[in-house]
Amino acid sequence: MADLPLLSILIWLPILGGIWVLIVGDKQASAVRPIALIVSLVTFLLSLPLFFGFDTTTANMQFTEQLAWIPAFGINYHLGVDGISMPLILLTTFTTILVILAGWEVIQDKPAQYMAAFLIMEGLMNGVFSALDAILFYVYWEAMLIPMFLIIGIWGGPRRVYAAIKFFLYTFFGSVLMLIALLYLYFQANSFAILDLHTQSLALESQKWIFLAFLVAFAVKVPMWPVHTWLPDAHVEAPTGGSVILAAIMLKMGGYGFLRFSLPITPDASRELDWFIIALSLIAIVYISFVALAQKDMKKLIAYSSIAHMGFATLGFFIGFMIYNNTGSIDGGVMAMEGGIVQMISHGFISGALFLCVGVLYDRLHSRQIADYGGVANTMPRFAMFAMLFAMANAGLPATSGFVGEFLVILAAFKANFWIAAAAASIMILGAAYTLWMVKRVIYGAVTNEGVAKLKDINGRETLILTVLAIVVLLFGVWPAPLLEVMDATVQNLLQHIIQSKIPLM
Amino acid sequence: MQNVYLAIVLAPLIGAIIAGLFGVSRKVAHSVTIGAVGLSFLLSLVVFWHIVIAGNAPFNETLYTWLIAGGIRFEIGFLVDSLTALMLVVVSFVSWMVHFYTIGYMKDDPGYQRFFSYISLFTFAMFMLVMSNNFLQLFFGWEAVGLVSYLLIGFWYTRDSAIYANLKAFLVNRVGDFGFALGIAAVLMTFNSLNYAEVFGLAQSGEYQETISIFSGTEWSAMTVICILLFVGAMGKSAQFPLHVWLPDSMEGPTPISALIHAATMVTAGIFMVARMSPLFELSTTALTFVIVIGAITAFFMGLLGLVQHDIKRVVAYSTLSQLGYMTVALGASAYAAGIFHLMTHAFFKALLFLGAGSVIIAMHHEQDMRKMGGLRKYMPITYITALIGSIALCGFPPFSGFFSKDAIIEAVHHAHEIRGGWQTAFAYYAVLIGVFITALYTFRMLFLTFHGKERMDEHTREHLKETPWVVTGPLIALAIPSVLIGMFTIGPLLFGQYFDGSIFVTPEHNPLNPESYHGVLGFIGHGLIQLPFWLALAGLGTAYFLYIKRPELPAVIAERSGILYKILVEKYFADRFNDWFFAGGARKIGSLTWQIGDVKLIDGFVNGLAKFVGWLSSVVRHLQTGFLYHYAFTMIIGLAVLLGWVVYIR
Repeated sequence: MADLPLLSILIWLPILGGIWVLIVGDKQASAVRPIALIVSLVTFLLSLPLFFGFDTTTANMQFTEQLAWIPAFGINYHLGVDGISMPLILLTTFTTILVILAGWEVIQDKPAQYMAAFLIMEGLMNGVFSALDAILFYVYWEAMLIPMFLIIGIWGGPRRVYAAIKFFLYTFFGSVLMLIALLYLYFQANSFAILDLHTQSLALESQKWIFLAFLVAFAVKVPMWPVHTWLPDAHVEAPTGGSVILAAIMLKMGGYGFLRFSLPITPDASRELDWFIIALSLIAIVYISFVALAQKDMKKLIAYSSIAHMGFATLGFFIGFMIYNNTGSIDGGVMAMEGGIVQMISHGFISGALFLCVGVLYDRLHSRQIADYGGVANTMPRFAMFAMLFAMANAGLPATSGFVGEFLVILAAFKANFWIAAAAASIMILGAAYTLWMVKRVIYGAVTNEGVAKLKDINGRETLILTVLAIVVLLFGVWPAPLLEVMDATVQNLLQHIIQSKIPLM
Repeated sequence: MQNVYLAIVLAPLIGAIIAGLFGVSRKVAHSVTIGAVGLSFLLSLVVFWHIVIAGNAPFNETLYTWLIAGGIRFEIGFLVDSLTALMLVVVSFVSWMVHFYTIGYMKDDPGYQRFFSYISLFTFAMFMLVMSNNFLQLFFGWEAVGLVSYLLIGFWYTRDSAIYANLKAFLVNRVGDFGFALGIAAVLMTFNSLNYAEVFGLAQSGEYQETISIFSGTEWSAMTVICILLFVGAMGKSAQFPLHVWLPDSMEGPTPISALIHAATMVTAGIFMVARMSPLFELSTTALTFVIVIGAITAFFMGLLGLVQHDIKRVVAYSTLSQLGYMTVALGASAYAAGIFHLMTHAFFKALLFLGAGSVIIAMHHEQDMRKMGGLRKYMPITYITALIGSIALCGFPPFSGFFSKDAIIEAVHHAHEIRGGWQTAFAYYAVLIGVFITALYTFRMLFLTFHGKERMDEHTREHLKETPWVVTGPLIALAIPSVLIGMFTIGPLLFGQYFDGSIFVTPEHNPLNPESYHGVLGFIGHGLIQLPFWLALAGLGTAYFLYIKRPELPAVIAERSGILYKILVEKYFADRFNDWFFAGGARKIGSLTWQIGDVKLIDGFVNGLAKFVGWLSSVVRHLQTGFLYHYAFTMIIGLAVLLGWVVYIR
């Protein structure tokens, strides 16, 4: 296994699989779905060696591959993973299977193109997480937008065009600034290798500009307040699978960007401007939670909930400087950053599961409005059980994965400042309030209308998807140690790196 | 012994999974869960024998590492000492009785299996809570019992009142948990560990940073901050003012869980937690003062509310609030042992009273209004006798169990006042003292209205009145026995002996329970008979007799004459209205404002304005392009594939 270019396979196998599916075409819809499923399953299986063969003792890049691509500019096809990106790749390969299963019977319109879009997107997302060359990263980063744009634009709801264009423009605008920053860095370091950029010394002033350029790109993706309003629209219009990928993986790209680019390349600017990110994160947690409370559309509610939960990730990434100032040790920062990463992974499972749950209801009643439901537990008891579990996980109940990251970030944030921890911990109340209030109005109560009375409980396929997610959510809640073990060396190293100044000595 | 501890915890979990997930029959569901909890009970007795009687050292071991982050090991593990052993026996016994009782109470309910699954799951969670050896697992158990409480209050989920009550319960508890989680964070920051033994050791040796900066410039005592934050958690779970509002509404759940969760076990978790943290609380007089005041307010004012309720379960619920206040007062007086002692006696007699109320409710065909009862004693002799026993125990007449624990608390508060002084302890003393009169008054009001006097039910109900079946009366009898006896047999070792040595810590000069003043059970009773509480309880009983047997027309007159006072009590000090208006309403208002104004008007307004401008600009240059995003998209993707493919393939 060691000789196989695993990362390349994880990128190109799904893309080629997607093209194959396109060639087979809609006419043979019955063949398309199994092909897509098999491709995604094989990809997932092939991603497992990344986890089991991973050396947890080192922060170095592993499973590296390097080929010259455009030698004139020193651009390489350079891949590799560390403890931060590897779990995200597994999250991608895992989620793609579920998305393909989720679209099985539901997507009758152009199923081949639908499945192909998801497979190609899977490959591109794996590319984003494994690229070690800035240009290669940028190419994947942009390319990934296209299938998602198509998914929203073709299989979306009534306002899909507005949502798709809003999505595209927001993210595109952000990434253009990133490209400019990368080009500037190239002229400084004379290299596009991300690891070279990490060690390139930079004056504080230029660090700040680069930091801000990156910030726009990544903040849009996360999304952070106030550049978040594309997300609820995109989610509402996207088909279920699109929402799942968007919430589970695409949002993580922003968080990943902070860890791979902003923090290591511009550590001094990060330290100078950490208050700004912390403030935005806390606004995301508190303000957005209140916005979520007011939502009448289930998908919008979960979308806002996603923004609030991602606030924990960005908070965890940037609070380390304050903790270091107070305690003189990176330990607290490590705990916070690991908490943030766990939060990203866990949010992938939970938000994905919640969107799938909404999808299950939408497939039956063709409404996402909370007011159109009520008393679903009466007719769909099995579904209600799953929905309850994921709702509780979203509310951060211990023994679900949703608890782990939030708890670690709160514990660590306390070492920085009492009020930051308190503001973050308010999600325990607010998150429970908006999630369980929705459960009360949708799941509980007497049957409110004929539509609900006629609902059929989840079928075998839906049960399978939700069961798999339930197991994962509980497993990482009860025993998150393996997840933290793989990222520990990398995060330690990153924290060590960012507390050193990169400003050149005069 | 580790396997025994594991079995105690896992048996109910497995029982819950089998009963809940596999669509088993009713018989299987109740057999499996009763068997599992029965096993836990028997093993708890073994543990009790092992630790307490045989005198083995406490068990403190790690099961597995939950995770390691930032140099901190978060672990799951058990600490079993005399305090835990006591809790195990109480929890497993009450839970087991409630399991039996449920067979009768839920006989006709379509959610029979689900119910057994939930209460078994609850038992598991409660075990995890009391057996924890660290703050993390404590929080696990803490939240897990909250979850099951939520599920069970909303068990009849088609009723609006039930799903209102369970959401309210969960959110109010989350307010407490918010403080609790911050308290745990403060512990971690101060001691760099979450393991009890390590934290308590460091706290006692004084090797920690003693201040926390809350507002910049002012330093607070770390121990005060930690203890008050942790206690906020206890205020939620143990329903202390002002977080008490969820408990009366939790009566929407089926009666067995009112007995198990909302009287005997879960609501006492806060009391248990503070007793467990006694090495920390002892270091902050400020925190103890806070605790005693909150407890006294709860004990006194919640008891008053019991006087005006008509729903039999709500009377018992307000009584529970008041009694939890008593326990909290004991904690605040540094009489942790007395708090735990009252926790134990209360678990038996309050579970008994709830199950007795449930027995009445079964016989009355799910009527809970005492105004429609009366004279039930001749139809339901066993329920009556056991309820009478529970009432006597609750009021604290010697030699029933409640007498010992309540008198001990009142004495302790008195001593605490002598030791510490201050208006707070004086207030607490008078609150618990007058509380005795109120307790006797509402308890016997309930007993007289239900079992004595005129039969006020309709003809149809009366014809069908009969004693409930043995699965219901059996647990009543089983709980009545300890309600009578447990106090006199355990007061010596628990309060004045060495029982809690090593698990509860009291600074010697604080200790309000003086072993030298204790001269055996008979001495304690003799002393009690000449003290004020006994006579106050008797006065309460007499008043209840006069008002509800002798002159039953009087209460209505009094209610009318007292006007605004009565109104305040009926409205429960307007706490619910205030919360609904201020917190629930306020949050929704803020929500729609932030959404409609912040997101829609300001942010999207700006973005869409920008988009319009760009749209105008682009209309000028539009001719240059095809305008189909598909074209661009596919051009880009094909270009990418070719480009990258070329590199890989050619090389």
